[in-house]
Amino acid sequence: MPTPAETEALLLSLRVAVWSVLGSLPPAIAIAWLLARTRFPGHALLNGLLHIPLVVPPVVIGYLLLVFLGRRGPGGVFLENVFGITLGFTWQGAAVASAIVAFPLMLRAIRQSIEAVDRRLEQAARTLGAGSANAFCTVTLPLIAPGVFAGMVLSFARSLGEFGATITFVSSIPGETRTLPLALYAATQVPGGEPQATRLVIISVALAMIALVGSEWLARRTRHYASGGP
Amino acid sequence: MIDIAFAHRQGAFALDVRMQLPDSGVTGLFGTSGAGKSTVADVIAGLIRPEDGRIAIGETVLFDSTRGVAVAPERRRIGYVFQEARLFPHMNVRTNLRFGARRRGGAGPGAFDQVVDLLGLEPLLDRRTRHLSGGEAQRVAIGRALLSDPELLIMDEPLSSLDQQRRDDVLPHLERLAADTGIPMIYITHSIEEIIRLADHLAVMANGAVIACGPIQDVMARPDVPALNDRRDAGTLLQTTVAGHFDEDHLSALRFGEHTLLVPRTERAKGSPLALRILARDVSLALEPPQRSSVMNVLPGQVQGIHPRGDGHVDVSVDTGQIIRARITRRSADDLSLRVGLHLYALVKSVAFAERDAFRRHAEEDH
Repeated sequence: MPTPAETEALLLSLRVAVWSVLGSLPPAIAIAWLLARTRFPGHALLNGLLHIPLVVPPVVIGYLLLVFLGRRGPGGVFLENVFGITLGFTWQGAAVASAIVAFPLMLRAIRQSIEAVDRRLEQAARTLGAGSANAFCTVTLPLIAPGVFAGMVLSFARSLGEFGATITFVSSIPGETRTLPLALYAATQVPGGEPQATRLVIISVALAMIALVGSEWLARRTRHYASGGP
Repeated sequence: MIDIAFAHRQGAFALDVRMQLPDSGVTGLFGTSGAGKSTVADVIAGLIRPEDGRIAIGETVLFDSTRGVAVAPERRRIGYVFQEARLFPHMNVRTNLRFGARRRGGAGPGAFDQVVDLLGLEPLLDRRTRHLSGGEAQRVAIGRALLSDPELLIMDEPLSSLDQQRRDDVLPHLERLAADTGIPMIYITHSIEEIIRLADHLAVMANGAVIACGPIQDVMARPDVPALNDRRDAGTLLQTTVAGHFDEDHLSALRFGEHTLLVPRTERAKGSPLALRILARDVSLALEPPQRSSVMNVLPGQVQGIHPRGDGHVDVSVDTGQIIRARITRRSADDLSLRVGLHLYALVKSVAFAERDAFRRHAEEDH
């Protein structure tokens, strides 16, 4: 059975990943739609910018977050003063770091599924009295559900594994920002920490397996539904 | 009156469309593929915004570039049946049918059952759309458009993706629809048969422009519409009345003006109207009534126009009260010394019933 500290890291990892996924979902859908369905000046630039987290080392993202959203960064000060939100060295900050690193993965999956939806179905919905928002919600969204789901799974997985951006931005504070990967890293840094590390490895692998199996099952149901199964 | 006038450019293809259509009955929009028919449908439905022009159904202005009016497609109340059914794959037939009704307040109480009945959709209601055949899917699409309570129904080649058997399955429903609903309809097709079965009014498009528009009989009688005349089955429509039947000979007599035509026995009752399609290639000309000939129908008339064709043939329009066209060789025309105003005889070898009459009768019996 996991020790209280291990349970803490596990639950923290899950909490960070869930919030990271849920928080990035609405903007990911909106931006994916924008990129898939519209053309505007700066289209390519926006697309490129959003893909930066995929190509730079996560540490870079973490550092940039630290500079801008850290306790002394301009964004951090603003959030602190206006909304009373502190991201530096908090689990919320870990969720933001995870969300940004995982964002391109979710965005790509959703954008591709939007591009795969026959626009002519949306047109048909329009001629039947549905405004563009209504057509999106009642026709496009159900049809891209499998893609949205795939994007969520990818980004959830990426969040669970997030290390570089997290440790750089919010450090490794037990009970606050020390997620499973960070706890594992910490265990490897102390002499005689190997048994502890092994236990954390087993927990990580078990969690990954459960998540994989569960998502596979859900994905099948979503696909079935979207394709009009019986 | 449905008023359509717009100019639009799509890449290298320019459309300049001007036509006025009656706000009742079926208008056939005819033309070869690439003539711009579907673009016209998209513009009327509001899916394409033209560069300039004006589109109005009666008093309702849908688009007016000079006044900056451009009604969104969802507010236009135009039922649009696409070439492919475009049913929503994540909904069953019933939910598809109700999609428009739910958003437009429906076409009145009982409309759902009426439409289901009209199109024979009852057995399909709980089916998923992917389990439908092409013809069934198209019938559902038509029902869905009808239930959105349209002021105008546009059908863009609804039968072209279907095989012949499925067409025969859907066409009678379309014919009933035209007769029963009273919703004006624009029916786009490149099939002359469908036009003749369904349309009262005909607009012909070529290269992005409307080159002829009017009552179907008038447009069919025009010699200068290549899309109609450059085909083996070019011909004209004749409006007649059933004058009587000769049962032992399996013939019926039809009257138009002072003339009587003998045709294969029709089921239609004496006194009822019947439209005939007479192909130009089935008509010969003679300067004197032939003696002892097998041709039963010899109609006196006067040459109204002579239209040379490129292929060694000449189309001759003969005014017999209504226009009949004969396609004869240029040599024959020269031998007969044809000229406008010449009195002669049109020999009609065979006729084709415009099949729409079969359904009109059917529709009348229903009432």
